[in-house]
Amino acid sequence: MSTVSARFRPSGLLRMSQEQIVLMVVLALFVVFGVLLDGFLTTNNLLNLVRSVSSLGILGVAMAVVVIARGMDLSLVASMGVATAVAIQLMQTTASTPVALLVGLGVVMIMGLFNGFLIAFVEIPALFATLASGLLVYGLARTTVLNGLIAQLPGDRDFVSWLGQGAVLGVPVPILVFVAVALFAQWMLSRTRPGRFIYAHGDNAGAAALTGIPVRPFTTLEYMLSATIGFVGGLVVAGSVGGLNTQVIDGTLIYDVLLVVVVGGISLVGGRGSVLSVVAGTALIGVMLNGMTILNMNTHEQDIVKGLILLGALILDNRLHPRDEETVRQGD
Amino acid sequence: MTASVTSRRSARRPPERNVIGPQPIGKRIRELRHRAAPQQVFAELFEKRWMEPAIPLALLIAVIVFFSVTTPAFATPENLLSSSAELAEIAFVCVGMAIVMISGGIDLSVGSMFGLCNMIMLLLITIGGVPVLPAIGVTLLAGAILGSVNGGIVAYLKARPFLTTLVTLIIFRGVLNLLDLNFAAQTATVFVTDPVWEWFGTGKVAGIPFSFITLLVVLLLGHVVLSRSRLGWHITAVGASRRAARHAGIRVERVLLVSYVFAGLLCALAGIFYAARLSSASARVGEGLELNVLTAVILGGISLSGGKGTVWRAFIGAATISLLGKGLLLMNVGGETLQTALAIVLIVAVGLDIKWGKNRGKAIQKVYVNPTVVEYGPLPDVRQGSGSPFEINDRLRDAESIGAGEVEGPEDVVLDRQGRLYCGTRQGWIVRFSGEGFRHKEIFARIGGHPLGLGFDSDENLIVCVGGMGLYAVAPDGTHRKLSDETGRTWTRLRDDSRLRMADDLDITPGGQIYFSEATTRFDMADWVLDGVEGRPNGRLVRYDPATGQTRTVVRDLVFPNGICSAHDGESLLIAQTWLCRILRYWHSGPRQGRIEVFMDNFPGYLDNINRSSDGAYWVALNGMRSPAYDLAMRMPTFRRRMMKRIPRDEWLYPSMNHGCVVKVSDEGEVLETFWDPGGEAHATITSMREHDGYLYIGGLENNRVGRIKLDRGGPRTGADGSARTASTTPATVS
Repeated sequence: MSTVSARFRPSGLLRMSQEQIVLMVVLALFVVFGVLLDGFLTTNNLLNLVRSVSSLGILGVAMAVVVIARGMDLSLVASMGVATAVAIQLMQTTASTPVALLVGLGVVMIMGLFNGFLIAFVEIPALFATLASGLLVYGLARTTVLNGLIAQLPGDRDFVSWLGQGAVLGVPVPILVFVAVALFAQWMLSRTRPGRFIYAHGDNAGAAALTGIPVRPFTTLEYMLSATIGFVGGLVVAGSVGGLNTQVIDGTLIYDVLLVVVVGGISLVGGRGSVLSVVAGTALIGVMLNGMTILNMNTHEQDIVKGLILLGALILDNRLHPRDEETVRQGD
Repeated sequence: MTASVTSRRSARRPPERNVIGPQPIGKRIRELRHRAAPQQVFAELFEKRWMEPAIPLALLIAVIVFFSVTTPAFATPENLLSSSAELAEIAFVCVGMAIVMISGGIDLSVGSMFGLCNMIMLLLITIGGVPVLPAIGVTLLAGAILGSVNGGIVAYLKARPFLTTLVTLIIFRGVLNLLDLNFAAQTATVFVTDPVWEWFGTGKVAGIPFSFITLLVVLLLGHVVLSRSRLGWHITAVGASRRAARHAGIRVERVLLVSYVFAGLLCALAGIFYAARLSSASARVGEGLELNVLTAVILGGISLSGGKGTVWRAFIGAATISLLGKGLLLMNVGGETLQTALAIVLIVAVGLDIKWGKNRGKAIQKVYVNPTVVEYGPLPDVRQGSGSPFEINDRLRDAESIGAGEVEGPEDVVLDRQGRLYCGTRQGWIVRFSGEGFRHKEIFARIGGHPLGLGFDSDENLIVCVGGMGLYAVAPDGTHRKLSDETGRTWTRLRDDSRLRMADDLDITPGGQIYFSEATTRFDMADWVLDGVEGRPNGRLVRYDPATGQTRTVVRDLVFPNGICSAHDGESLLIAQTWLCRILRYWHSGPRQGRIEVFMDNFPGYLDNINRSSDGAYWVALNGMRSPAYDLAMRMPTFRRRMMKRIPRDEWLYPSMNHGCVVKVSDEGEVLETFWDPGGEAHATITSMREHDGYLYIGGLENNRVGRIKLDRGGPRTGADGSARTASTTPATVS
């Protein structure tokens, strides 16, 4: 990544990769907030920050998988929310935790399969396909399966609660899950054949197909993998707050996830960036969100700020990795 | 030729079946099944330009009919009136979205812009205390500014339209939420009693809400702008191909910006009407509207790929979605269900749009060629020593060649009274050879197309059937003029077949009427062999009357009529049908006028031109030979269909066109003699021959020369072939 993107950099001053720059910005923000904001450098706040950042980071890793493959999954939050809510609803009955989790996993798998089918076989642009499929799965779940907007996690489901609130040797479990997911994704993307294929697919889908990669089934696999990682994130969220409010699907969480990915340096042109980019992006967005909350900005003001930053990041990404807009397809 | 004797029944229509005789009922049913052509109807229907907007319209009608029948409250005047006001608002937004999509972009922020403009309008007239008309102006301006934010980022910063507008959606929504949080409560206490404002909300013209009237005006304006103005053309051009638009000198960025500004303006207009109707200063106004609008616009048939669409399609889509929502609401279906249904409709519509846009041509092409059953009689043996009249010989081996390498594709040859030789070439020329040994070559006329059949009329004008163009006449000085390029349309067919696609061969009757064949109305010159794969009666016999200049179709539904020859009796025409390997006789005058009978059938090869000989017989050219395998294939239409679907075109089984001969047949339908070039070295595909002055001249569609052989018996000197003055009076003067 660093060697590739370095060619787009204008001068020697900015030799650093995008994630290094972002991490430095995070450090600077951390120092500034620490000095200026009361209550930023408290244990409670930092724990809170880490916890919220972890679930965002896990979703970011999920999104990164498809974005590296030049895709996009706007239904990520919807499939995560629906699957988690379904799993929790099962836990409210007598079903055992593994069974409930397996059912949730099944939901995201079907969702990924459906997305992959629409994108790879029907050839609907990923943005349209996932925008519609997200609405579809949420609508279907609300009309048929889900009992209410909020799925309350029963107190006796220790595993899920532990995922969100537990600690190992003083380190919160969400952080550990995030690290585990990130390490797994990094290993898979950089050391395994499917991972290299994902980069190849994102870099040049036509060339990938010509070298013999089964691009269409592979696309399906990418979306299934992404949705599965998203489900892990959903469980962490549910564990940490003791349930899941499915209204999160209608909210702006998906933009936060996009923000994490794009700001971190995973270009939307595909084939670029790594899990480290997600980590850097997550740190930046986490610190920023936390700072804004302490600054007592309401959610609408935060939305505006996040939107502006995302807009800037999209424009910057487009500058750094320009695409041929004269031949580009709608929805790319 | 035995079959021909039993089959001499004459009828008004050409017999479609090639083998006349008793037939088992099962076979007959199979033949009838393959004669019906639903696929052909499909292909011809979807080739129509009006078909694409017709489908969304049918869908809209279906929605209206469905709810009118199932929901009693739907088709009431009150419901329709209130629906029309709501429809107007969503339709404004849809037209805005449509304009952006035609320019190749997309605007997902329409819902937020709509809500924000609604809020701005209400705040201005309540808290702001601004008079209504200036407030409307300010709101429209605000809409334009919001649109220009989108447009500026997309056009000048070259960002991705989908994600950009998705992000501006939350930014605008955030602003709207802030306004709602800080000011909305105060709006409830102010009551606006401006008559203009009330007119906007509840005014009616002839019982129709003012907003709907405004919508009609906007639709008309939008239609004129999009389809008649320079700006509209630029928007369409940019959407169809941005690069081509830039090369054409269109300021692409500015056009894109303008299209987004239009979207903003129309959202503001919708917001104003919404504000006037409901006075609802809520932050939730327009939430999720982008999904409805996107679905509506795509459902209306405005392609995601840009460059295609009209405001009417946007309106049809808007009406469908709006009435669907209203109807479901009346049926007490919840909002979530509606949203789920919309998401499904969106996925299906986008999928169809993409698949249809990509595969339309392929789909039509795949079903365009539509094979049917063609039965042949037993294949005559042509081998040496077989004793059949078609036995192979080498009588063409010593043919002299004229203009070898100088002409390309002389399909037909003809000689004038001075003994000069004329032939058409694939370049669209008529080439003339004259002088000693025909060594002097000149280009007599340049018509274009591919000149096929030739013939001289009584005034020494060369009448030419030009494939792809029609019937032309070349005067002796080489100037050419069009005689005819269209005939009456067959009203029972979807496809307009009035234009002559492939005029093939002609002859002139003693009465001076020009009869010519149009081999096929369904395939172009380059694809003529496909007509053989199909084997359907696509051709016709056409008459041109030089006296009145009128063109009429005389016999329709002929399977590939190729050669035309006025018979020695002067009252009938012989029509050689290529794929059926038979010759029909059609009486154009005399006591048997209008009758058709099979003159000869079951030739061993595919017939091309047919001409009179000097001794009262006829010359027939065979351009290719039948083979048992292809005969079998012609009997099996499903096999040919599968072949066309499964394998690439250059590997299809085609009729053999590599080998042919000239056959002389008597006026009674007996084969008299044959002329073969066994190796096919000089004359492989023979499409025409012409007797003149004791010589036989030979042309070939794919050949590079004209051949000439001396006929054994010294016939009397003859005039040019087809010289109508003498054709029926003295057999000796025709060739």
